[in-house]
Amino acid sequence: MSALLELHDVYKFFPIVLSGVIKRKMAMLKAVDGISFSIEKGACFGLAGESGSGKTTISKMILLLEKNTRGQILFEGKDLSKFNAKEIMWYRTRVQTIFQDAASSLNPRIRICDIIREPLEVQLGKSLSKTEINNRMEEMSRLVGLPFDKLENYPHELSGGQQQRVAIARAIILHPSLVILDEPVSALDVSIRAQILNLLIDIQEKQGLTYLIIAHDLAMLKHVTTQIGVMYLGNIVELGDTDSVFSTPVHPYTRALFDAVPHYIPERVETTPALKGEIGDPINPPSGCKFHPRCEYAIDICNTEAPTLMQSGAGHLVSCHRADNMLDIHSNNKMEVSYGEENDSRTQQNN
Amino acid sequence: MNAKPVLSVEDLRTYFYTRAGVVKAVDGVSFSLHEGESLGIAGESGCGKSITCLSLVRLVPQPAGQIVSGKILIEGRNILDLDEEEMRRMRGEVISMILQDPLTSLNPCYTIGNQVSEAFKLDSKSGTTKNLKQKVIKVLKSVNIPLPEQRVRDYPFQFSGGMRQRVLAAMAIARNPKILIADEPTTSLDVTIQDQFLKLLKEMQARLKMALVMITHDLGIVAQTCDRVAIMYAGKIVETGTVSRVFQAPAHPYTEALMAALPKMDEKRKKLFQIEGEPPNLLNLPKGCRFWPRCQKSMERCRYEYPPVIPIEEGGEVACWLCSSGEF
Repeated sequence: MSALLELHDVYKFFPIVLSGVIKRKMAMLKAVDGISFSIEKGACFGLAGESGSGKTTISKMILLLEKNTRGQILFEGKDLSKFNAKEIMWYRTRVQTIFQDAASSLNPRIRICDIIREPLEVQLGKSLSKTEINNRMEEMSRLVGLPFDKLENYPHELSGGQQQRVAIARAIILHPSLVILDEPVSALDVSIRAQILNLLIDIQEKQGLTYLIIAHDLAMLKHVTTQIGVMYLGNIVELGDTDSVFSTPVHPYTRALFDAVPHYIPERVETTPALKGEIGDPINPPSGCKFHPRCEYAIDICNTEAPTLMQSGAGHLVSCHRADNMLDIHSNNKMEVSYGEENDSRTQQNN
Repeated sequence: MNAKPVLSVEDLRTYFYTRAGVVKAVDGVSFSLHEGESLGIAGESGCGKSITCLSLVRLVPQPAGQIVSGKILIEGRNILDLDEEEMRRMRGEVISMILQDPLTSLNPCYTIGNQVSEAFKLDSKSGTTKNLKQKVIKVLKSVNIPLPEQRVRDYPFQFSGGMRQRVLAAMAIARNPKILIADEPTTSLDVTIQDQFLKLLKEMQARLKMALVMITHDLGIVAQTCDRVAIMYAGKIVETGTVSRVFQAPAHPYTEALMAALPKMDEKRKKLFQIEGEPPNLLNLPKGCRFWPRCQKSMERCRYEYPPVIPIEEGGEVACWLCSSGEF
């Protein structure tokens, strides 16, 4: 399998004015601080992390809505920053996005059918006839399960779940190869959430899409993704196959994050202490490992030296000075809860 | 529990009179709550859980919203009979509330100290100004605000989301209320901060022996913080019971479907169970049981008659024909 999208040591800094008008004092907000990962064709890659960890900035850079400060983003081996206007048009037919809040991402003054049609008209309007466009539009609405009688309506007349279906139809009508989903279901109710998640998995299998899902809901990510990266303050702290990461989380932050997710089985409710403190300041991040002020396992080196992503004993990449010790600590504690199962039917299918 | 409940709600109905018709947001809700107990009210948006809580403090937006009938007994007194002045004294002293979004609940133009002290000023027994400041600092310290002596002079924008929510909690518990209502207190917070806040809430509840009503759409939060749970659907409670019973052996098909539709952290990946359709329009409710159009187990009878509320094991109650006909 070949990598569809590769990020090599990507940085994104936002200049921030601290004070002064004439003699301005500037600082750099390090939203993304050296990130590398690659997404294989047909994979479903998840990015998890709290707000402010830089996950959305990554998606914006991939969508060419922000320019990366340093580093390379390669799509099918081509560098995004070297694209000319024509290539950018082509790139935008290959990469599409679905936003968190469908209601605000749909233009309230345009009818549903026109919303779904629009990408086709913009990109391929010259080569396709009106009937062909209409046929594709109807095919898409059937695929996402949108009732035909709603096509003439305006977005506000649809329910939240239907609005999200429209957003999905609009994103996939160009048959893109990569779809970026930024919190695709967090605005929806539980009963609707399952419908949309099943639909997304279904479409991925039917159309052979590659997904990049950004979310903070770990249980959802576990269900949908095949690989996952856990982010903290602009860095990936743990990266690997979803099953490996969930069954043996190594980084103390990943573990704390998993413990913080409420369990649905009352007997399982653990009494692990809550993670102390709050996410650090991205303008002036903590020295060394950015997580060390909140980490209960921190040692001297964590304060001075930033760890890098390295292969851990658990079979995936971890960025922690004490990765090997952490594994021992966990096995000694006989971790009460295992978060995953060894074999996984979806990865096998994708392979 | 055999003691008298601190809060009991009997057949509460809160309707909204709109141009399009009458919206029956809360339509015959009954439950009770004992001292130190925590009850979770869970359901999807639009099921009436927030309006139930606004009714408890009599803050339903008027004139559109009206509490049409029912009783809300707090320590044996029906608060629907109180006049506005008496009700104002109840709020904060006996019953208080934490709202969803801490940023909109705090006034951006006043300092945190000023706003927290307001909670004390309404108290007739409160002392001098100096005393007031001490009290504010003490209550902020109790919700783990670091350096409260300095932070009282700060404005809300200088606080992080988690700290703002803790400030609201401090205001709510300032006068040791008997009942605390938390309406989706953690929706705007990150998971690790949510975890911190929920643990603080449990600790406060145990320390002050409060009864807690937790409104949420996240069943995981219910499992973590509550003793009992009430599941609401389209303005009615469809099932109540102890958290362990409801989560392990849900009796109502809606509860069962909700549990199955949740992605779980500790389960093998598979296609999620999905509930077909969408929650009903409250203006145009289905006849009979409100869940029947989406229910996989619906019978002929469900379409015409609303099922009676029948008691089941461990003090729970369920409103479903399946259970009353003994098939469950």
